[in-house]
Amino acid sequence: MNELKAQDLECLRGDYLLFEALSVSLRAGEVLYVEGPNGAGKTTLLRMLAGLSLPEAGEVLWNGEPIRRCREQYNAELVYIGHQPGIKAGLSVRENLRLAPRLRGDIEAAVEHLGIGIKLDEPVHTLSAGQRRRVALCRLMLQPGALWILDEPYTALDRRGIEVVEALIAQHVAADGMVVLTSHQPPTLAGVDVRRVALGAA
Amino acid sequence: MNQDSLGKALYALIRRDLLLAYRSRGEWLNPLVFFIIVASLFPLATSAEQQVLALLGPGVIWVAALLATLLSLDGLFRADYEDGSLEQWLLSPYPLPLIVLAKLCAHWLTTGLPLLIAAPVMAVLLRLPDTAIATLVATLALGTPVLSAIGSIGAALTVSLRRGGMLLALLILPLYAPALIFATMAIDAAIHGLQTTGHLLILGAMLVLSVMFAPLAAAAALRISLD
Repeated sequence: MNELKAQDLECLRGDYLLFEALSVSLRAGEVLYVEGPNGAGKTTLLRMLAGLSLPEAGEVLWNGEPIRRCREQYNAELVYIGHQPGIKAGLSVRENLRLAPRLRGDIEAAVEHLGIGIKLDEPVHTLSAGQRRRVALCRLMLQPGALWILDEPYTALDRRGIEVVEALIAQHVAADGMVVLTSHQPPTLAGVDVRRVALGAA
Repeated sequence: MNQDSLGKALYALIRRDLLLAYRSRGEWLNPLVFFIIVASLFPLATSAEQQVLALLGPGVIWVAALLATLLSLDGLFRADYEDGSLEQWLLSPYPLPLIVLAKLCAHWLTTGLPLLIAAPVMAVLLRLPDTAIATLVATLALGTPVLSAIGSIGAALTVSLRRGGMLLALLILPLYAPALIFATMAIDAAIHGLQTTGHLLILGAMLVLSVMFAPLAAAAALRISLD
């Protein structure tokens, strides 16, 4: 059973303390919803959990081991979709998805599932922001991994898109996956264990 | 993770970079055009006499190649940084130094190799003796990967800076000096009919060392830059 744990995380932005002594834990089949106003450190917390940023103090543990020490195993289980979706404007949708690291599965089916009106061979620079976000979110279906870390996954998506992503999250959690996400509208996940962390509340 | 999937991922990365380079020709044609312009202006600005040019030629070609490489380095990680692909590579289960090495291969194929191909033509323009042309090509073949590899460290350190170009040049130009010195010495020796093996071997040693260690340093620098 997988477990993600963060102990006593501290984050400084310049001289300004964003958060300290922050501990969260997440087990298989759970969703962690990080909420807080702009600038509260939501993205920073997610980057720390993903191992992109080092916390000032504290430690992130994957199955009891610091993620710095088991980066290979941890990264093999991690799907991270950040602010910048990692989509190349110069490539087509198919090329983007085929050449991204560690992809398996049916690209056509994934695009079909997520995309309204996205053609596989269209160059990405002709797509709208919402369509690009959908292309990035295709990775949820194509990259295997128990832990999803999603930074504002609903940005630029229409209502139908949000429904599709929430269904994917619910499905993932039902299959003993774990999801960490931020968003400005709280997720409406029926029948899912949602833990909340509020940042910048003090 | 097994060897097979690692190889496939690196191959896919090189392929992706070459495909992107092919789609946006400006990016890799710029350094090449710069190289050709600089090298072909020199005979006009100095003298067309063979004695003068033979003295200047090796230096001109190498300085032009070096600056052309420098011109391309700022973009080595920049596009990947801006669209978030770099984050994805950092979070992939593959060793980051190998990913940097794959990026370096693609970078060399799109900048170093065109310079290498254009160099003999430039050598004729600068009236280098025929005997020195083979040596010129050999020094560039050994030297341009060194320039790419060392440059990747600077590119990784400055990737998160909006205007890192100048800093990048300041950081890595001193490290380019040894390669520049030995390469031009080798060509000089060839022009004067002397042995060039020693110089070329030293360049070869620089190549091996920089390709081995630069990706490690660049990978560490990338982790710091993205923190």
